[in-house]
Parts: sequence; C-alpha cells; structure tokens
Amino acid sequence: MTASLIIQVAIGGLLMGLIYALVAAGLSLIFGLMNIVNFAHGELLMVAMYAALLLHDHLHVGLLLQLPIVAALLFGVGVAIYRGLISRALGVRFNSGMVQIFITFGLSIFLVGLAQFMFGSDFRTLNDGAISTATVAWGQIVLPVSQIAAGGVCLLAFAALALISRTEFGRALEATREDRDAVALIGIDRDHIFSLGWGIGAATVGIAGVMLASFYYIAPSVGTSFAVIAYITVALGGFGSLLGALVAGLVVGLVEALTALFIDPSLKEIGIFALYVLVLMVRPRGLFGRQ
Amino acid sequence: MTGLSPEPLLHVSHLTAAYRGLRVLHGIDIEVAAGEIVAVMGANGAGKSTLLRAIAGQMPTGGAIRFAGTDLADLPAHRINRLGAVLVPEGRRLFGGLSVEDNLRLGAYARRGPDRFKPLDLVFELFPRLQERLKQRAETLSGGEQQMLAIGRALMTNPRLLMLDEPSQGIMPRLVDDIMDAVQRIRGLGVTILIVEQRLVETLSIADRAYVLQTGRVVMAGPAATIAANADVRRAYLGM
Repeated sequence: MTASLIIQVAIGGLLMGLIYALVAAGLSLIFGLMNIVNFAHGELLMVAMYAALLLHDHLHVGLLLQLPIVAALLFGVGVAIYRGLISRALGVRFNSGMVQIFITFGLSIFLVGLAQFMFGSDFRTLNDGAISTATVAWGQIVLPVSQIAAGGVCLLAFAALALISRTEFGRALEATREDRDAVALIGIDRDHIFSLGWGIGAATVGIAGVMLASFYYIAPSVGTSFAVIAYITVALGGFGSLLGALVAGLVVGLVEALTALFIDPSLKEIGIFALYVLVLMVRPRGLFGRQ
Repeated sequence: MTGLSPEPLLHVSHLTAAYRGLRVLHGIDIEVAAGEIVAVMGANGAGKSTLLRAIAGQMPTGGAIRFAGTDLADLPAHRINRLGAVLVPEGRRLFGGLSVEDNLRLGAYARRGPDRFKPLDLVFELFPRLQERLKQRAETLSGGEQQMLAIGRALMTNPRLLMLDEPSQGIMPRLVDDIMDAVQRIRGLGVTILIVEQRLVETLSIADRAYVLQTGRVVMAGPAATIAANADVRRAYLGM
C-alpha cells in the first residue's frame, strides 16, 4: 500500500463527504427549524437524480443547466410536501408526533414505488461524455473530474446557505426555530417560513443529487443508504448546525473511505456506525450541537 | 351608544373562550376608543390574559371582535398583527438567542416599504438602554431591559393598538415607573393602549378607563378615577 494510494482514497472520501454534508445540511435545516425528521430525505435525493437523468437523456440539458432546474424543481417539491402533508400533520390533535413520523415515512415508500413504476428497478447511469470519464492526475494520485466538480459545487452550496442565514430571512428562520408561536406576534406567518424552509432544504438535496448523478448509479433505492448516512452526519455534527453538517460530512466520508481501504470495502459502513456510537457515548449533542 | 358617536377602534362583544373545554371567558363586552389607555384588572384567573390572547388571535374564540372596521374572528394571529392590533405577551417571548438589534429589526420583517425601520429611532428615544445593548443576545438582558425590548419590538410593527400583558412582571420596582412612563409617551404618539396589570395603583394613575374582570365576566367598568375610588374594588383587588 503506497502513500499516494492512501492520499488518493482519503481525498476521494473527503469529496464524497462533501456530498454527504450537503444532503445532511438539508435534513438538518428542516429538523432544526421544526423538529421534524424527514424520513423521505433520501428519496428527495433519488428524485433529483432521476430528474437530472431525464433532463440529460431526453432534453440534452448539460450539468450546469441541470443544477438550477433541479434545484428549482426540488424547491417546489419541498414546498408542496410542507403545504400538502406536513402542515396538516402539525394540526393533528392526537399523537401528532407519530403522525409526523409516519407521514414522511409513507412518502418515502410512495416515492420509491413511484420510481420503480416509472423507471423500473434497473441501475442507470448518466453518461455526460467528457465530464463523466475525465480524470485529473498529480503524480500517482488520480481523481475523477466529476467528483472534484461535485465537491466544489457542494462547497458553493454551503456558502450560499451561510449567506442565507445572514439575511433578514435567515433571522426570521432562526426566530421561528426558537419560538414558532411567538413570530405571529410580529406579523410573521410561520407557515410561510416553514414552507420556505422545506423548499430550501429540498433544493439543497436537489443540488447534491445532480452532482451525485454525474458519477453514481441511479436507482429507486439509491436514497436509502444516503439517508442513513445523512442521519448519522446530522447527529454527529449537531442538530440544526450548518457548520456541524459540513465538518461531520467530511469526517464521515473520510472514515468510510479509510475503513474500506484498511479493513474491507464491504465493511465501510461499519466504520461510520462505530464513529456514530462513539459520538453518542462521548458527546451526545454532536460536535457543534446546541446544549 | 348613539349612532352619532364614531366606531371605537376595538369593539369586543359577547366574547367567549375556553382552554381545553374549560370556559374562561363568559361573554365579555369591551370597547377601546382610538387614543385611549384602557386598563383591565382583576384577580388571578379572572381571564385578563386570555382576553388579550383572544383579541390577538392566539386562541379560538366565540363572539365578535371588531378592530378598525375589520372582523377579527377567524383571522390567523399574524394577520391580526399586520392590521395593527399587537400583543406584548406575558413572559415577553423574545428570541433569546438573537441579538437585541435582530429582535427589533424582526419586528419590522412583515412590514413593507422603505420606512419600515423608522420606528427604531423612536424605540431608542424611549429606551436608550437598548441602543447600548444592540449586539447583546436578548436572553442576557435583565428583566426590565427584556420588557423594554418586547415593547420596542412591538413598536417596530407600527401598531395602532398596543396590548400589554403585565409589563411590570418580574422587573425591579424602580423600573415599573419607567415602563408606565413609556406607556404614556407611546400613547402620546397616537398609539391606543390596552393594558393588563397587577400593579393597580400605578396602572389606574395612567389609564383613562378601566374594566374589572371576575371569573370571566366584566363586573365593573368606568373612568379609572372612579374605579380607583370604589370601595369594593379597593378591598377586593387593591388590598386596601
């Protein structure tokens, strides 16, 4: 095992970690805002990947244009999920916690079924010519261009999220997170803030999905493993923390890659779960979580 | 009331409200004219806070509430706020993790137009302490400063009717007079005040009129001076 191989695997893990981080950021935003775990989060990623595939195969839309289109589409999906399902679940009088869990869980099953019905269960790939196959080499370290691009776009998306949190809207989001009943006292419609929160959370996943689709297989079940990793990433980084999601995503990507290299590729998730259990024992609120 | 007198800013009639099926307001009738300071008093559990919460749309109600010519029944709380009926609630409900400045600016978030941050000058004039603590987190303020911030945040919404729920609660006695003084000055700017208070002497001294509530009903109404002089009221609520 050479040093350059270890470095190559580590960088690859960190790049994948940026995608995990962005998926987790969307999940964390929604959870932090309204204390609802979106169990259909992985399926939103899957929807975004199929959307990218369809745009590419049928309309010959390139990667750069897929990004805004899919982000806008997923924004709409997020708003629709809040308006159509979540806002109703919030109004339930009995057992509303259970209703909130099962409503997104049911949505996840529905979306997987819908994808199977429309596209079949076959694994598909989006072959975007040069971007999908090109590599960059420094000495013996070789990395695919698509993954480097994905990492870069994810970082830009994080920068955008950080900018949003500094705007007046970001403050309103934070105020709603703190006290959803008190914002009406200053004329803020919490439903409006909640639906925008879902929209932004879903659009975030949309961007991750487009970049992931440029080098990863696409199937109805693809969201499941990413969702599990996203839950772990959010718990590791701290619920509701943007910086936490970024750092935790990088850590998870690195641990996964190094576990695969040093122990066994089929055991790569063991490393992530071990890390998760460790965090639960040592620091249950996560790296950057609020007390 | 004759047909000639102008419609009051706030007109509450036969208002009922309940918590978990338990009725706490049994048909309340009150009126507040534009420019007045009206006090609502009564023992604990008389329904004073519930009355303000009901007007602000924070709980389901029966009966009718008219504000500035609009029927408030069935309007969500944020719409009532945007019409100008603004509640400073019990316990203040500030955004503790945000700065004083953020709390104030958020007060104008739902308002439109280039002038929406203009009330800031007024807030700093009324409560100079807030200007000294702009970058501080709201939860680090003292009780009195938090109350000033809560009133300041409400003023940022440019209210027509300011409803204050026990503004003197949990603050130093020395500051109570400051708050009452500020309330009078706010009225002087044309804002109508509906105030619920335990400190009856101070409140009746600034109010024009008062209502006395007992177990969800209005049992007495009249000019503040008359209420303050009433022997029954003094015995029952003022402890004199």
